[in-house]
Amino acid sequence: MRYFVTIAYEPTVWADADEATRQRYHQEHLAFHDAVQERAHLVAGEALAGPETATTLRHRDGAPVLTEGPFAESTEVVGGFYLVEADDLDTMTELCALLPKAYSLEIRPVVQVEGFESR
Amino acid sequence: MNRGEHGRGRGPGQPGPAQEIALEEAFREHWGRLLALLVAQFRRLDLAEDGLGEAFESAAGHWPAEGVPGNPAAWLLTAARRRVLDRLRAEAVAARKEPLLVVDAQTRHDAAGVMADPGGLVADERLRLVFLCAHPSLAPESAAALSLRLVIGVPTADIARLFLVPESTMAARLTRAKRRLAATGAPFSVPPEGPARDARVGVVTSVAYLAFTAGYAPGSGPDVTRTALAGEGIRLTRVLREVLPGQPALDALLALMLLQHSRRDARVGSDGLPVLLPDQDRGRWRHDEVAEALALLEPMARHRHQGVAGEYVLQALIAAEHAIAPTATDTQWHRIAAHYAELEDLTGSPVVRLNRAVAVAESQGPAAGLALLDGLEDHLPRSHRLPAVRGELLSRAGDREGARAAYGAALELCGNEAERALLESRRNALDVPGIGPVESARDFQP
Repeated sequence: MRYFVTIAYEPTVWADADEATRQRYHQEHLAFHDAVQERAHLVAGEALAGPETATTLRHRDGAPVLTEGPFAESTEVVGGFYLVEADDLDTMTELCALLPKAYSLEIRPVVQVEGFESR
Repeated sequence: MNRGEHGRGRGPGQPGPAQEIALEEAFREHWGRLLALLVAQFRRLDLAEDGLGEAFESAAGHWPAEGVPGNPAAWLLTAARRRVLDRLRAEAVAARKEPLLVVDAQTRHDAAGVMADPGGLVADERLRLVFLCAHPSLAPESAAALSLRLVIGVPTADIARLFLVPESTMAARLTRAKRRLAATGAPFSVPPEGPARDARVGVVTSVAYLAFTAGYAPGSGPDVTRTALAGEGIRLTRVLREVLPGQPALDALLALMLLQHSRRDARVGSDGLPVLLPDQDRGRWRHDEVAEALALLEPMARHRHQGVAGEYVLQALIAAEHAIAPTATDTQWHRIAAHYAELEDLTGSPVVRLNRAVAVAESQGPAAGLALLDGLEDHLPRSHRLPAVRGELLSRAGDREGARAAYGAALELCGNEAERALLESRRNALDVPGIGPVESARDFQP
C-alpha cells in the first residue's frame, strides 16, 4: 500500500531548538530513510518552507482569490511529507516512530484510482 | 446441505434440546476459529461475519432434522465458504469494490487449504483476529465492540445494549471499524515478539477490560441484562488467555473481572436500588468465581509486576481483600492501603491517590487520610468524589463546618441523582444533634 505521511510541527519548537537538537532531528530523518530503504520503498519526501511562505488559493464567485498564509490556522503547521510504499499500517507506524518525537504525523493511505495512474 | 457429504452424523431426529445444545456448543467452540479462517482466506471481515452467521442459521435449520454432523466445524466452514463465494460473485456482477485486508500469501494459502475433514481444523488464526480487532488505530470503544462481535460472536443487539446505544448506531460503528481496518492497511498478523508485541498485548488487554466495564458503566438504573453482558467480557478474556498464554496481564485481568463480577447479585437491592459494597449481602457473592480468581492471583501475588500487568495485579489484589473479608468490618484496610500505595507509585494517578486516602483513613483514622488529599484538587478539579471523601473524613474527624462545605462542593460537581441523594443525606445528618459522624468513607469506594 502507498501511504502519504503529513508531518506537522509547532514552529516555535523548531525556532527555539539549539544546534544539537537540530542535529538530532537530522539524524532521526536519516534513520527513517535507512529503515524505509530496508523495509519499504520511499516514493518521495520533501521538507516545506515555513508557513509564512504559503499562499492559499480559493475560488469566490467563480474567480480565484489568493490569501496569505496556510489554509488552516493552528499551532501546528505542515512542515513536510513522505510518500512511502509499505506492506501495511503496522510497518508504517513503526517506521514513522523513528521520526522526531515532537512531530504529529498523519498517516493516510493513498487512493489508487483505476485508470488514472496511466495518464 | 446434502447429507451425503456428512454421513457420519448422529442421524435424524426431532428438533430438540440435544440439537440446540450441539448448536450452542458449536457456536461457542468454533465461531472465532472459523471466522479467523474465513478472514484469512477471503480478506473481508464483513463477508466472513455474514457468511458464518448464515452458516449457523442454516445449521439451526438442518441439524434438528438431519442430525448433527460428525464434524460440525467442517460442516459450518463448508457452508460459510459457499455463502461467501456467492456474495463475491454477486459483488463482481455489481462491480463494487471493497478494500481487502492485508493478509500475507502463506496465511491465505494455508487458510484456503484447510480441509473440511474429520481430523478437525488445524490452523488457529484467532490470534491474528484478536490483534486486528484490538488494533491501536481504532477507538477503544470500537475495538471493544468489534472484539466482542468477531472474536466471540456476541450479537450486535447485545453489544449495543452493553454500550447503551441504539442497535443501528452500534451496527454502523462496527461497519465503520471493519472498513477502516481494511482501508488503512491494518494487517491480519501477529506482531513480532519484542516491545512492539508487548505493547499490543497491553492494548488487547485494555480493550477486553473496556468490554467488561461497559456492563457496569452508570446507565439509567440497574440493568440486569447489561450486567450479564459484562460476562461476555470475561468470556473474551478467557479466549485471549487461550491464544496468548503466559501473559500475567491477562491472568490478573481475568482475576479482577471475576472478583468484580462475583458481586453482581448483591449489587442491587430488592427495591432496585444499588447496594454499596459494605452493605452487600456477602452470601450472595459467587464464591466459586472468587475462588477461581484467588487461584489465578496466588502465583502472581508474590512478586512485583511492571506496567499494565502490575496495575491489574494490584487492582485484583485490592478486590481480593474485599472478597475474602467475611464481613465489611473484617476488611484488612492496611493491606488495601499498601496495595494502593504501590499502585500510585506505578501509575502516578490522582484517582489512585484518592482511593488510597480512603483506605488509609479506614486503617489509620481520618487525619491520615485527609493528609493524603492535600493538593489533589489541582489534579481532579471536576471530581465530586474528592470533596465527597473529604466531607466524609472531616465529619469523622468532628469538623462539621468543614464537612458541610465539602459536601456542598461535592453537590455542585455531582450530576448523578442517586449519588446526589446520598450526599444530601450525609450533609443533612450533620445537622442532627446526637448523631455522630457517619460511619464510613468506604461508601464512596467505586
